[in-house]
Amino acid sequence: MRQRGWFRGAMLALGLAFLYVPILSMIVFSFNNSRLVTVWDRDNSPTLRWYVRLLENDQLLGAAWISIKVAAMSACGAVILGTLAGVVLTRFGPFRGRAFLSAMTTAPLVMPEIITGIAMLLLFVALEQAIGWPSGRGMSTITIAHITFAMAYVTVIVQSRLAGFDDSLEEAALDLGAKPATVFFRITLPLIAPALVSGWLLAFTLSWDDVVIAQFVSGPGSSTLPMEIFSRVRRGVSPDINALATLMVLVVAVGVVLSTLYMRREEQRRSREERMAHNDGNP
Amino acid sequence: MYRSLLSTVKNWTQPRSLVIGVPYLWLLAFFAIPFVIVLKISFSWMQPIQPGYAPLIEWVEETRRLVVSFNFDNYQVLLRESLYVETFLYSVKVAAVSTFWCLLIGYPMAYAIARSKPSTRNLLLMLIILPFWTSFLLRVYAWVGLLKTNGVINNTLLALGLIDQPLTLLYSDFAVYIGIVYSYLPFMILPLYSNLEKHDLTLLEAAADLGARPVKAFMKVTLPLSMPGIVAGCLLVFIPAVGEFVIPSLLGRTDQLMIGTVLSAQFFGARNWPVAGAVAIVLLLVLLLPILLFQRHQRRELEAVRR
Repeated sequence: MRQRGWFRGAMLALGLAFLYVPILSMIVFSFNNSRLVTVWDRDNSPTLRWYVRLLENDQLLGAAWISIKVAAMSACGAVILGTLAGVVLTRFGPFRGRAFLSAMTTAPLVMPEIITGIAMLLLFVALEQAIGWPSGRGMSTITIAHITFAMAYVTVIVQSRLAGFDDSLEEAALDLGAKPATVFFRITLPLIAPALVSGWLLAFTLSWDDVVIAQFVSGPGSSTLPMEIFSRVRRGVSPDINALATLMVLVVAVGVVLSTLYMRREEQRRSREERMAHNDGNP
Repeated sequence: MYRSLLSTVKNWTQPRSLVIGVPYLWLLAFFAIPFVIVLKISFSWMQPIQPGYAPLIEWVEETRRLVVSFNFDNYQVLLRESLYVETFLYSVKVAAVSTFWCLLIGYPMAYAIARSKPSTRNLLLMLIILPFWTSFLLRVYAWVGLLKTNGVINNTLLALGLIDQPLTLLYSDFAVYIGIVYSYLPFMILPLYSNLEKHDLTLLEAAADLGARPVKAFMKVTLPLSMPGIVAGCLLVFIPAVGEFVIPSLLGRTDQLMIGTVLSAQFFGARNWPVAGAVAIVLLLVLLLPILLFQRHQRRELEAVRR
């Protein structure tokens, strides 16, 4: 038994090393002075020159700003539409076309991005031909495309959260005469609030990260950050991209640690309240 | 007649129908209809002027006739030119090999996490998910720096005296496998973990009591029970990997392209939208069975939660 525990630990350590060594190497070499990127310049490193250069690069900063705006709008749209779809699929019972809706919300999860990208672009071109909207492609078309593929993820998250609760609370409220809309806003929404938060974050990340779909549906002057990065790294490695990667890893790590701490505290608070409820208010 | 029409309209304006209608119409307009358009364009003739393809059905005023012109050549090209068949086969092979390695690496990791103490479990899961939140593109790019001729791996091996000549690692099948396994590993581990975590460990005790060695107990109990997780993980890796575009264009061979790269080249380079449409439709058909399998799995998972 002890032998097997050792084997499991080793596999886990190797796997985690595989996941983290590339990220760590980017962080380390972002402080390297040499232009050769992966050859360590012993005499003049560590240095912050690539970070300085990054902050002077208006093109990358502009693209980052576009990406943030697109990702925030996409995440909000995806949460609204994904919540509706998730509630409809778990709480509305049978209706005509339910199976089709369910298929349309799971297909984007695995659909190769390149197919989604082409299909979206051809739709926008055909729409422009037919009704003159959208005139040209840009931030709005990227946002529509991102909402569509991110809402599938939100739907799945909301669905599995709702499936975990039975609908007795909602039924009780309906029996007591609450309107369906009131029940939704007073009971269902608070129950699935954690799912909405993680859905929003996931949708934001998916949009912020996407390069393939954005490349198809963007227009001149609306390059997102991943598109800018992609066109740079295709030409070869460059040290300021390492600096950019380090900053992004830093932001994500801080965010994830903070949200984990917050969720753990919420969990503890909830279990304490549950205990108190069971003991008639005595802790 | 009039009555039923009225009741239908009344039905549509019910709040219930409106709530169903909003996400439904959105997905119909921006997910389902685009595929119909791709299908349509894949049968049309290329046209040098905007929008790049000729209409399938056209009213010709001079002859006062409705002209229907389908172009099946877009599909015949795919069979005629060996480039397309080879690229399709190569993409499926790359995706299959990468999925296999993902499973081989991911299964022990998921197993180790599922059998670790509950307190460390969350931390380990967070460590698996954390890279997923950082840019996919940048993580693939990191491998360029590691695998280059004067990259980190070659420099380390040279410094240790293990090799005399730098190895050619980048721009090879090997590099693409690494890229795919690396990027998709969390998608393999998470469904496996959520399956393995639910196993009833008393089954293993029973097997041990009946004299089964740990390896045999694993093969006879744990492995069969984890099949749904294995299938889900493999589909989550395989399906997107076949159409992968970013990884092969940063790490892959230049003499053998993957179908995603060819598709993008047809679209932006040759600007032959009808052929690109045909390639997309065939790719979709190749992936249809795995996609349907995945949907069935998703449905079963949700039903299991509800029970």
